[in-house]
Amino acid sequence: MLSRRNFLKYSLAGAAGLSLTKAVGAKTEEKKPVEVGKGGVRWAFLVDTYKCVGCGLCVKACKNENEVPYDENVTRTWVERYVVTKDGEVVADSPKGARDGFTTPKIDMGHGHEPRIIKPEEISKAFFVPKLCNQCENPPCVQVCPVGATYQTKEGIVLVDRTWCIGCGYCIMACPYGVRFFHPKYHTAEKCTFCIHRLHAGLKPACVEACPFGARRIGNLLDPSDPITRIVQDERVSVLKEEYGTKPQVYYIGLSKEVK
Amino acid sequence: MVHGEAWTIKELFTYPNEYIYWSVQIVMYPFMTGLVAGAFVLSSLYHVFGIKELKDIARFALVFSFALLFAAPMPIVLHLQHPFRGINVFMTPHFTSAIAAFGIVFFTYGAIVASELWFLYRKHFVIKAQALREMRDRTFFEQLQYLLYCSLTLGANDISEEALHRDEKAIRILAGVGIPVACFLHGYAGFIFGSVKANALWMTPLMPVIFIMSAVVSGIALCMLTYIVVMEFRKLMIKRASKPWQMSLEEVKGVEMHVIKMTSKYLVLFLVLAITLELLDLIFRGYTAVKSWDVLRSVIYERDFYDIFIMQYGLGNLVPLILFLVPGLTTRRTLIGVLLVLFGVFMMRWNVVIGGQAFSLTFAGYMHYVLPIIPHDWETTKEGLVGAVGILVLPFVLFYFIAKVFPVFGEARQEH
Repeated sequence: MLSRRNFLKYSLAGAAGLSLTKAVGAKTEEKKPVEVGKGGVRWAFLVDTYKCVGCGLCVKACKNENEVPYDENVTRTWVERYVVTKDGEVVADSPKGARDGFTTPKIDMGHGHEPRIIKPEEISKAFFVPKLCNQCENPPCVQVCPVGATYQTKEGIVLVDRTWCIGCGYCIMACPYGVRFFHPKYHTAEKCTFCIHRLHAGLKPACVEACPFGARRIGNLLDPSDPITRIVQDERVSVLKEEYGTKPQVYYIGLSKEVK
Repeated sequence: MVHGEAWTIKELFTYPNEYIYWSVQIVMYPFMTGLVAGAFVLSSLYHVFGIKELKDIARFALVFSFALLFAAPMPIVLHLQHPFRGINVFMTPHFTSAIAAFGIVFFTYGAIVASELWFLYRKHFVIKAQALREMRDRTFFEQLQYLLYCSLTLGANDISEEALHRDEKAIRILAGVGIPVACFLHGYAGFIFGSVKANALWMTPLMPVIFIMSAVVSGIALCMLTYIVVMEFRKLMIKRASKPWQMSLEEVKGVEMHVIKMTSKYLVLFLVLAITLELLDLIFRGYTAVKSWDVLRSVIYERDFYDIFIMQYGLGNLVPLILFLVPGLTTRRTLIGVLLVLFGVFMMRWNVVIGGQAFSLTFAGYMHYVLPIIPHDWETTKEGLVGAVGILVLPFVLFYFIAKVFPVFGEARQEH
């Protein structure tokens, strides 16, 4: 019998195959570059939630790469686990940002609540969703910084100047995705940078490199031949919290309505 | 430990980086600017609109507003992770940010209050400087005083009727210009919150207006409170040693009650306006019931019910309204009333700032703020009870010193 996971996998492969033929056909068409960055590069991220198994290797790699203190309860990227019961109840968690992976069926319910275990027969669906900075086209964090210490590069990546940030926390408040925090050592606003230092060195971000399943990928939206650009343009992808008008640039495959 | 972790309890599903980043000092910030703006508006009611009943409290309110002005930015300084970089806001203001305008608005307002005070006290400075000049053997302290008053006159020593008339005209203009600036100063504090689209509780265009109304309420209440305390002190002094040139006890009592009654009418008016707007906001949210309403409802009607409906609306709004509206107002009743009003406005700020962070961006989890009472490091000192009380006390200390140069009662009264 076809399991749900395999069914999804095959249907995804089928969809990808279909879109590939479409992409080949479209190759000859004149494609307008996305008018975002002026430097010829607009970095965008593609997360395939079907491929994520919640191992947390991406979180570990990110913490090590970007010197975010390993044991502190903040992280530039994290993975969320969603369990939806047959009654329609949604239970989710991300203990320590899933740094150590989801190794137990116990779902962390936060302070004052016992961890929950949902019996497999009660589960209608369960999946993992990696999160990171959306490097928004219209970043509210940049808008609200009173001193201009956070800014958007030509490649569309939002950075923080640690030497100028006053630590007011307004950007943290303004981000609808909760990706910002105060760095425990530098006491300035901190966030994911798509590992811009690695990108400039011709490398992939640490989390992309660390993911054994290819759930995380990065690409240049201004390059029409980039596989990520192809997928974003030709396939059915979605973004998080579109209603805020931030125009996020982290695209998701297989995002479900339960995702917060 | 990460900033915010010390006082945040996270419940159910929250994002890993979420904490109560804006703590008690951010509650103090709009509370203090509100007092500044409110005190100024109260003083302007006399100077601009000529409401003579408020004459006695107007001068007092202006001096108090000046003292509060210095204390108002302090909560922000204590809140910043890099307080010494606070100056960056003036050096590289990023004008798309609501906070960036702070420097300009604050200094404009400060300049207006300072100029108005100068015109109001110019005669006093000139008289003082002249008296000290005539003294033969000035002590070191008197010499210092002489230099201070001489510089405060800014060389404008003309105190003829005509010159004083021009002063009054200037005061009227400054007070008139000051009202919109004071409202802007505080309205924009409301804008800082109201424009955060990521926060479901904060984001409403009503926020700046609600903030202005509650600011005027708190400013009037604080002026009345300080006025009552000062008058009680004066009565005590009169009882101790009666001097022929001073007002008699009965006279003081009469003046006091008259001022209190008049001012309380304005307090009630603005209080009703503030409550109406806040309730409108609440009803509108419930009626439209957008995506965030489920979590907001659980915060407003369940988790923060006590803080919002008992402490803020009940104890801070309803009880004082009854106290002021029941006929036969007494000083003691007024005192209790204004204290409760001040508490109510503080709770309103608390419920906005802390309440706005009581739920997660996931809309599926909650965060509870535990105010650090006994500090165990610098962070829990400045962003705990100690820091908040320090900020509350600061304007009174400043007022004590400022009132030495700008006398609110006594000498100034005789001169006018």
